[in-house]
Amino acid sequence: MTLLKRIAPQLVALALLVALVTVFYPDFLKIGISGDRLVGPMIDVLKRGAPVALLATGMTLVIATRGIDLSVGTTMAICGAVAASAVAGGWGLGPALLLALAAGALAGLWNGLLVAVVGIQPFVATLILMTMGRGIAQLITEGRILTFTDAGFAFFGSGSLLGLPVPAWLWLACGLGMAALMRRTALGLLVESIGINRRASALAGVNATVLLIAVYVVSGLCAALAGIVVTADIRGADANNAGLWLELDAILAVVIGGNSLLGGRFSIIASLIGALIIQTIDTGILLAGFPSEYNLVIKAVLVLVILVLQSPRIAGEWRLWRDSHRASREAALQRGAAK
Amino acid sequence: MNTRALPLYATVVIFLLAYLLCWLQFPNILSTRVIGNLLTDNAYLGIVAVGMTLVILSGGIDLSVGSVIAFSGVFIAVILRETPLHPLVVFALLLALTTAFGAAMGFLIDRLAMPAFIVTLAGMFLARGAAYMLSIDSVPIAHPFYKTLQSAYWLMPGKGRLTLIAVVMLLTVLAGMVVAHKTRFGASVYALGGGEATARLMGVRQGRTTMLVYAFSGLMAGLSGIVFSIYTGSGYSLATVGTELTAIAAVVIGGTLLTGGAGYMFGTLVGVLTMGLIQTYIVFDGTLSSWWTKIVIGVLLLVFILLQKGLLSLSQSRLAAGG
Repeated sequence: MTLLKRIAPQLVALALLVALVTVFYPDFLKIGISGDRLVGPMIDVLKRGAPVALLATGMTLVIATRGIDLSVGTTMAICGAVAASAVAGGWGLGPALLLALAAGALAGLWNGLLVAVVGIQPFVATLILMTMGRGIAQLITEGRILTFTDAGFAFFGSGSLLGLPVPAWLWLACGLGMAALMRRTALGLLVESIGINRRASALAGVNATVLLIAVYVVSGLCAALAGIVVTADIRGADANNAGLWLELDAILAVVIGGNSLLGGRFSIIASLIGALIIQTIDTGILLAGFPSEYNLVIKAVLVLVILVLQSPRIAGEWRLWRDSHRASREAALQRGAAK
Repeated sequence: MNTRALPLYATVVIFLLAYLLCWLQFPNILSTRVIGNLLTDNAYLGIVAVGMTLVILSGGIDLSVGSVIAFSGVFIAVILRETPLHPLVVFALLLALTTAFGAAMGFLIDRLAMPAFIVTLAGMFLARGAAYMLSIDSVPIAHPFYKTLQSAYWLMPGKGRLTLIAVVMLLTVLAGMVVAHKTRFGASVYALGGGEATARLMGVRQGRTTMLVYAFSGLMAGLSGIVFSIYTGSGYSLATVGTELTAIAAVVIGGTLLTGGAGYMFGTLVGVLTMGLIQTYIVFDGTLSSWWTKIVIGVLLLVFILLQKGLLSLSQSRLAAGG
């Protein structure tokens, strides 16, 4: 019940958005069956939203520790390049996937060490990989767009399972699994405690250093999965464009999910709904026939509105105004009673 | 010895060493032609890095500058195509617009008490989106005044060309040095970056300073956009993606502390030139691929951040020891 209360604003926003898109494009909610798979705009949202939803899962944890991971987009490009070159080199599907995941974990480990051990601000530490990463990805692909024709690998991007696209299953499993892991164990609480006050939580006996590194590794692994999905979908690794701007979308999804950028309490499920909201905007703008140029402006306005809502200063002023309002009303009531 | 100036010395030494190494391999790299091109090619980056230096000195960050440069180019190109206005009038309009845009972001950062990078992230979306809305296609600029600007240069000894935009960049760095080191506003910026609470107690007007810092960065981004449009002769909404990161890297390599409060405007110029030199070397070499640029810049970035970290803990332990 508390979960429902927590995610209510996001659900209402998503419902309103879907209603709005349906007004412009009446077929938006229509779901048909083609062969053994479901088709329709909503299914498309579930599939296309996969990369951002996967990134948002890891990003939620990082932001909960009062950090930020700017490198997820480039990590996607690196992992996609690793997977594609392994598959194209005839290594087979299993090793390719493992290598890609290992590359993601390595990227996360690097970020985590810089943040937790060296003590660099998260946004600076991850900026380094963000700058370098595309160069590394291009080294792996040798500057070309690496294409491959492996049906097994392509399955992760465009296949379907029980009617739903595989990417949708992937982000659902990853996101819900991580949410369960965080909430069914004490892990979530420990992550939150680091975000609220790292020193205090370390003094209280939380192994903050290891946990911080682990959080960045999880973010790297999520980015690796997202990279695999994107690469498998277009059957090629594009070092320049894979994951471009996606770190911003992932941060936006987390923020729409009502998670504070100042760390502390978090909800992965709310972030996932945030990712769906972003994808619904993207798809909705296309289907409703608006030029996709409006996309960025709408996102900017969205960020601004959420920033105003989240702002500690605005919240304080609102409370002040409410309290003074209440006090004056009570004073008026007392005056009335005295008469 | 002033530990704060150490990163600057390190930057200058690294730049000179790198230049020496390049010169040993390719003696031509010391010709005025190459130096002229180095300045011209990096003019827009140098200008935007001046604004970024001030922002970082104040303890903030401005992620919107790359988008603002792209917006400026498209704005100039579209206005020149649609109206008979003189480019100089359009420049004035644009600079007013980008300065107001920066000031608005500074106002929000101060009023909302939110991290600068998320507010300027919204600004980045907004500016890029506005550029898309003006035109998705690349718009050429055919005004005759632009031809004059593009062909204006001063011939240096050795047939090197010191172009107009290179001069604009050098003058901007000079102006930035005056603003940062010689004015009361500059002192306020340093104080703010050193610690907000202390700055307030010292009597720094935090809100006004924050707003002015981002307004200055907006002005520099606008000017950089003008220079970039002169350099490319067109306006394109997809141009200069990621320039904000290059500018931040240049500032850090230039020896400015990313947490704010310490650094020199001159270092930023050296940082920009160092990055330009890496690119020039890769072009001279011919066998290295251009993506090595990104990796080398990333490594340099890491080295400087670690250097700063080490210096910071050094001075802190010295403070703790009472010396």
